[in-house]
Amino acid sequence: MLLVVIMAATTTLTLGLVLHGETSRPYEQTRVATAGPDVVANIIPPTQNATGKVTQQQLSDLNTLAHAPGVVGHSGPYPVTWAVLDAHGLTASAEVEGRDRALASIDQPRVTEGGWIRNGGVVVERTFAEALGVHTGDSIMLNGRPVTVAGIAVTAAFSPYPDICSDGCDLNTPQLSNTPGLVWVTQDEARSLSSFEEPLTYYLNLKLSDPAQAVAFANKYNFNSAVTPSLYAWQQISQDDGTLLKKEQLVLMVASWLLGLLAVASVAVLVGGRMAEQIRRVGLLKAVGGTPGLIAGVLLAQYLLLALAAAGAGLALGRLIAPVLAGPGAGLLGTPGPPPLTAANIAVVVAVAVAVAVAAALGPAVRAARTSTVRALSDTARIPRRRAWLIALSARLPVPLLIGLRVAARRPRRIVLSVLGIAVTVSGIVAVLFAHASLDASQSGASAGLANPQSERGNQVLLIVTFMLVALAAVNAVFITRTTVQDSRHASAVTRALGATPGQITAGLCAAQVLSALVGAVLGISGGIALYLVVKHGGAIVIPPIWWFVAVVVGTVIAIAGLTAIPARLGARRPVVEILQAETA
Amino acid sequence: MSTASGTPILSARGLRKEYGKEEGLVRAVDNVDIDVAPGETLAVMGPSGCGKSTLLHLLGGLDRPSGGKVWLDGRRLDQMGERALARMRRQSVGFVFQAFHLMDELTAQENVELPALLAGSSPRSARQRAVDLLEQVGLADRRAFLPSGLSGGQRQRVAIARALSNEPRVVMADEPTGNLDSAAAVDVLRLFDSLHDAGQTLVVVTHNSRIAATADRMIIMRDGAFVDQTRLTGGTSGHLGALIGLEG
Repeated sequence: MLLVVIMAATTTLTLGLVLHGETSRPYEQTRVATAGPDVVANIIPPTQNATGKVTQQQLSDLNTLAHAPGVVGHSGPYPVTWAVLDAHGLTASAEVEGRDRALASIDQPRVTEGGWIRNGGVVVERTFAEALGVHTGDSIMLNGRPVTVAGIAVTAAFSPYPDICSDGCDLNTPQLSNTPGLVWVTQDEARSLSSFEEPLTYYLNLKLSDPAQAVAFANKYNFNSAVTPSLYAWQQISQDDGTLLKKEQLVLMVASWLLGLLAVASVAVLVGGRMAEQIRRVGLLKAVGGTPGLIAGVLLAQYLLLALAAAGAGLALGRLIAPVLAGPGAGLLGTPGPPPLTAANIAVVVAVAVAVAVAAALGPAVRAARTSTVRALSDTARIPRRRAWLIALSARLPVPLLIGLRVAARRPRRIVLSVLGIAVTVSGIVAVLFAHASLDASQSGASAGLANPQSERGNQVLLIVTFMLVALAAVNAVFITRTTVQDSRHASAVTRALGATPGQITAGLCAAQVLSALVGAVLGISGGIALYLVVKHGGAIVIPPIWWFVAVVVGTVIAIAGLTAIPARLGARRPVVEILQAETA
Repeated sequence: MSTASGTPILSARGLRKEYGKEEGLVRAVDNVDIDVAPGETLAVMGPSGCGKSTLLHLLGGLDRPSGGKVWLDGRRLDQMGERALARMRRQSVGFVFQAFHLMDELTAQENVELPALLAGSSPRSARQRAVDLLEQVGLADRRAFLPSGLSGGQRQRVAIARALSNEPRVVMADEPTGNLDSAAAVDVLRLFDSLHDAGQTLVVVTHNSRIAATADRMIIMRDGAFVDQTRLTGGTSGHLGALIGLEG
């Protein structure tokens, strides 16, 4: 179980580390396969223009770029407009690019299904097609005009749906959402689809002699107010494409640290419980001449070995799962390939695993080593802590709470670990709720009924992280209860001998955990908000409904009560005589 | 095997407790009949492992019999559920164990208060009762001490005070002087003597014949069964020290 707990943290950490650097790979493959442009230049009609069309000066500026120093090739300019698209009962907005029927030298969308554009036949960008659920041969409508899907294709000149307008589209038609998908049509059809509200804009694809200088080239013209086109370097498009993976990486890195903290709490409880079971062995080792240092070293060494094994397993598992999370999505070609598991990544994962083991096991190991030989040989449980004010307070409470509070007060360190475990988990869940709320808000401008591939992937990662946090917290709660039941078996047996019912003992043991769960959940709410604010980069903060937080606290308390009820009930039903006699022997 | 006058407060018929099966079967208590009258002090003697502690646990509702019937204060213990048994222990039985079984983290007073709190007494009345009982057992000045700060005899006196907390019908003591030196044992026996004088019903399990001699009646057990019974006329009131050989 120790292995599994540490492995969960190291696997997540490995995922977070190996995803770093994966973001650009599929875009580069797509760029090569589609002869992607180094720079995309775009002009839109000036707002003060009464005709609503681009000016001759703008077109002239665009054409000048095709012959600018450093440019070795170009395609376009291509006319682009926006149209209302209806398919299978769904209404979406489409960015419609007019292209030649022949493939261009620069930006050749790679057809992955069907064929290229023809009169009355459009090609739909693959991510958009998947969101719409359309295939080659399907009939769709553009501004109410029926057309046939001639094919499905992929490009490196635009970010895939729903990120075509990475800075937001400024559309004038009320029916159009600000998250359009890309559709290619013939140039004549693009022109015929344009209107006063959505006039033609133009896109020019440029090939540079030195593609690495694309950002500098774009900046040179973007910062020149005399030139009207807006230029986008391929690196910027690549970066936009990698946003999803970057978000995934951030979520996984944060999750790995949360899971690491949870692992410390779980391992500390497990080690503490195991040390109590091994105390007689410690006494024997000391009796035959083992020094406290040697004993602490022996005890610690076994957990370090386990930590190393868990690190190895976590690295292997993380490396296996990484390609799934680093998948490029339908908008890009290629695969992420084997993740870069560098020596530095391995060192970080191993160091974290060892740190978890040391942080959790050092205290119990030193404590066990310091136990007197006679006490260790007699296998006497550690004398519980006394908290006079808690004992006095508990006397005023109903019997289950009296028992619960006194059980909790006996081992304050374990309660701190329990509160920490719950607080970490709830922090993670609250941060995930904020992220969900943000995703939902970002979806609000999307076309109704359309799946958002980014939101879906983001939700999947958040779901995995939530599941891992909850699973580890559940394991933690069960371990803590089991250890508490074991540790307080004598006190419980005496209390039963004095007249407490098994139900009162069960309720008391549960109450001890529920009280810490309540404190942990309340701390976790503020911790989660702080965590989200720390990891969030820019953008508006979307606050989830208050009832979500209330549900988290109530749900946590109910879940902990349910999880602890079984071990507590089993512990409370052990025969009193058996326990009292075992303690006397 | 009733030897006491009046309606017994504690009775058993055909009481059995068995462990294991077939060839490994052990009869810890084998078909025992017993009656204990109100106010009587009964000593159960026998060698280690003869089943006397098991008998005490069965009579006090701490353990369940394999067969037979047990009545305490007119109610069948062997037919009770766990909750009812717990309630019965809380109201009608006070246990004193050889190993004291005090809560290490609670003071003497808090240990004595605990049964009353479990029985639903208010904190104030539980505290007052504990103070009175600790005074009764001669530990008024030790009530704020933790068990680790008390001698063995003092711990056992705290345990006795705890057993009396809810004014039980029967106090059951399992080798109450087994872990004590002679002087401490005398203190405890004096305490039992005063309880006997006050009309408290006592069942004391011991393997020490001098302690058993302080009872009204002594039963000898062997291999789980009663093999002998002696009525000690008048008990030991006023003659305890002489009986156990510690006074002239």
